[in-house]
Amino acid sequence: MSQTQLAEKNKSLLLDVEELSTHFFTEEGIVRAVDRVSLRLSEGDTLGIVGESGCGKSVTALSILSLIPDPPGKIVGGKITLTGRGDLTKLTEAEMRKIRGNEISMIFQEPMTSLNPVIRVGSQIAEAISLHQSVTKRNALEQAIEMLKLVGISSPERRAKDYPHLLSGGMRQRVMIAMALCCKPKLLIADEPTTALDVTIQAQILELMNKLKQEVGTSIILITHNMGVVAKMAQKVCVMYAGVVVESADMPVLFSDPIHPYTLGLLKSIPRKKRAGQKTRLHTIPGVVPGLLNLPKGCRFSDRCYRVHEPCRRWEPPLAPPENRPHNGQHVRCWLYLTPPKE
Amino acid sequence: MVIIFVALFASWLSPYDPIEQNVRSRLQPPQIQHPLGTDSFGRDVLSRIIWGSRISLSVGVGSILFGMILGSTLGMVAAYRGGKIGEFIMRFMDILMCFPTEILAIMVLVVLGSGLEKLILTIGTVMTPRFARLAFASTLSVKEREFVLAAKAIGAKHSRILFKHILPSIFGEIMVISSLWIATAIRVEANMSFLGLGVSPPTPTWGNMVLTGVAQLTNAPWLSLFPGLAITLAILSFNLIGDGMRDAMDPKLQG
Amino acid sequence: MLRLLLRRLLLLVPTILVVVTLVFIMVRVAPGDPAIAILGDYATKDSLEALREKMGFNVPLWLQYLRFLSNIFRGDLGVSMLNNNPVKAQLLYALPYTLELTISSMIVGVLLGLPFGILTALRRNRWADYVGRIVSLAGISIPSFYLGILMIFVFSVKLGLFPVMGISRSGDLLGRLNHLVLPAFTMGLILTSYIMRVSRSTMLNVLKEDYIRTAKAKGLNNVIVVYKHALLNALIPIISVTSIYFIVIIGASVMVEIVFSRPGLGKLMVLAMKQRDYVMLQSIMLVYAALAMMINLATDLIYGLVDPRIKYK
Repeated sequence: MSQTQLAEKNKSLLLDVEELSTHFFTEEGIVRAVDRVSLRLSEGDTLGIVGESGCGKSVTALSILSLIPDPPGKIVGGKITLTGRGDLTKLTEAEMRKIRGNEISMIFQEPMTSLNPVIRVGSQIAEAISLHQSVTKRNALEQAIEMLKLVGISSPERRAKDYPHLLSGGMRQRVMIAMALCCKPKLLIADEPTTALDVTIQAQILELMNKLKQEVGTSIILITHNMGVVAKMAQKVCVMYAGVVVESADMPVLFSDPIHPYTLGLLKSIPRKKRAGQKTRLHTIPGVVPGLLNLPKGCRFSDRCYRVHEPCRRWEPPLAPPENRPHNGQHVRCWLYLTPPKE
Repeated sequence: MVIIFVALFASWLSPYDPIEQNVRSRLQPPQIQHPLGTDSFGRDVLSRIIWGSRISLSVGVGSILFGMILGSTLGMVAAYRGGKIGEFIMRFMDILMCFPTEILAIMVLVVLGSGLEKLILTIGTVMTPRFARLAFASTLSVKEREFVLAAKAIGAKHSRILFKHILPSIFGEIMVISSLWIATAIRVEANMSFLGLGVSPPTPTWGNMVLTGVAQLTNAPWLSLFPGLAITLAILSFNLIGDGMRDAMDPKLQG
Repeated sequence: MLRLLLRRLLLLVPTILVVVTLVFIMVRVAPGDPAIAILGDYATKDSLEALREKMGFNVPLWLQYLRFLSNIFRGDLGVSMLNNNPVKAQLLYALPYTLELTISSMIVGVLLGLPFGILTALRRNRWADYVGRIVSLAGISIPSFYLGILMIFVFSVKLGLFPVMGISRSGDLLGRLNHLVLPAFTMGLILTSYIMRVSRSTMLNVLKEDYIRTAKAKGLNNVIVVYKHALLNALIPIISVTSIYFIVIIGASVMVEIVFSRPGLGKLMVLAMKQRDYVMLQSIMLVYAALAMMINLATDLIYGLVDPRIKYK
């Protein structure tokens, strides 16, 4: 075994999500936003969760922090084990609050509206610090300024006194990151952190996240629909579709050897530079994501899959290593690679 | 759920409307043999209340219609034409809105004098700025939308045909708020009658019934309490209808 | 920020001018010859002329207008046609009572309306919310004079708790307060209903915002999230709406003053109107307008101070 493989094997498990199910109970029916989703995050890793809008990635993230609005949503099953803290689903709200912002932090997609417009930026960061550490107000503010420096904001002392509307989108996201990391959490969940930003800023933010990952020692769950971002940031990837994980693998493996038809479709859809003389049309996956109240019977991807066959319409496949081909640690949810039940 | 409420109230409101007339003159001292009592002239309070509903409703609806037509037109024109005229119109409306509603009503009544038609005109005028503001804002937002630009591109005949385009879009918003403003109009009418302005004595309006009843509050409370209740219920009904309409519009757009 | 203030003040000038002109026109246009109104239908032509000369009604309109303007600037509001007392003095006597009523009603309204509004927002769709919504709906539907009469009926006639009418004869604070309670609560309760509704909807809107989600993700407990993060933001629109309600209250004060026989601008105005006392009327209208404009200005100022987005533009 090589050095890296050894190091890989010895990485300890930080977060273990087992069969998590989060349902929303609405007037029109039960929406199974997250249905028996399992994933694992090792310490020091970045886990990418990829998928189209509505596939359940954000709901998974919110479930980990128990931030699902209780009517109408509820975690109905599964376990979320944080090393050193046990099963998060079993904790009381008060205990969860100690974890939020402290051991697990989250940043969101829209930096423009995610900061409170009437409170100064420095105070908002200091608030998180004072909450989880017993320090004086001045000390908290000083730490906040340090954090601002850490995320690359110039003249942090002055900036800390600013109100959010004076900052640009990129800067606001940096503030969000500062706020999330100020208590040195073990896990940072980033839900589409760069989607709302300009392309040039996106790269900056992602680099910042990587840098901080080293310095602060945080592991990251990165949610995105952008395969390019995943390629750049993640060590491991889960692909989600319509509320379930359809493939999970190490990042290089996913890109070099994708298995699930949906993953293949996603990767093909990335617009590529045309080689001279080559005519390429943008690849699309036909059809649309099914509404979560109208899921097809059997495999959820069956009505859009170009390799659909009989078992796909009857039973939903489990997530497991493929049986009929060599693999490199991947898990798939597809009857092409698993043995369907006998009649 | 609110809409059921509304329907109930609305149907209760309409029996107030039928013209139950001339049960009025009967000379009897105040007694509680008639369902709501009689007043010092012996007139049956219930009938007078029913009669009075006609005034309140006609003033309420009439003034709103007047205000709606005048105000919306002003607002639309101001928004559409823009420029100095538009600004001037809206500034004027803003100034009018500066005055408390009742005060403005009194002022206009001074100018116009009393009487039913004048009262409708007065309250209509008082409500006009609100309609103007609403129409102004709505028109502004619709003005830049594609179908308007499309109509312009075809060379639609100036403002005339464009009214056929803009008006339908903003009509919905105007209608929804109208019910609430009918409630306001009824309140203003009641206030005016109570002050002794507005429609004159022999004709019963809820407001002046309360006015004359107050003097007898200790010995014949029903004289003022019941008409007042009528006013409240009428206003309440229109508020409910308005609220219901507003709620119905909203989630449907999100639905 | 200062620039905002200056700009608003500047805008005020033409507004005032328009208002004054409007009042002038309205009073002159009104039907009824004031001279006849004072002297009666059987007055001789000469005495009518003499009165007109004295009141200044027989000069061309534009001259009257100029005189009117200059009078106002000099602070001379003329003499009431009705009782021959100077208008200004009467106004100054009545104004404090109206203000006293209005402000105390505001206090009642805000102190009751804001907390209840927040409560119903937090307990949305549970029984507290339903009760609150029904009560506030009733509150905005009831005409102020009727509520006043009801209050009198219940508290004074039946229960004998508070004095029915007027103001305290002795003029001491307790007496004044005593007479103030019922009228202030009449308007106050109606105002409470309005404020309750507005607070509720504003809070509900604010609670849906993204930064609330962020606050929760930081691990803040619900109390802080609501009262610090949500409320601070909600107050801004609530304040601006409250100023509108202040103006509404001023209008409603007319009715309440009549019902409770309190001295005040409203009473003066109605009397003046019935007797066609134009001199009094125009001044009262001006005062009302001035009050409204001042409130608007004050609100803009407060808004500018409180909302950091405006303050640090």
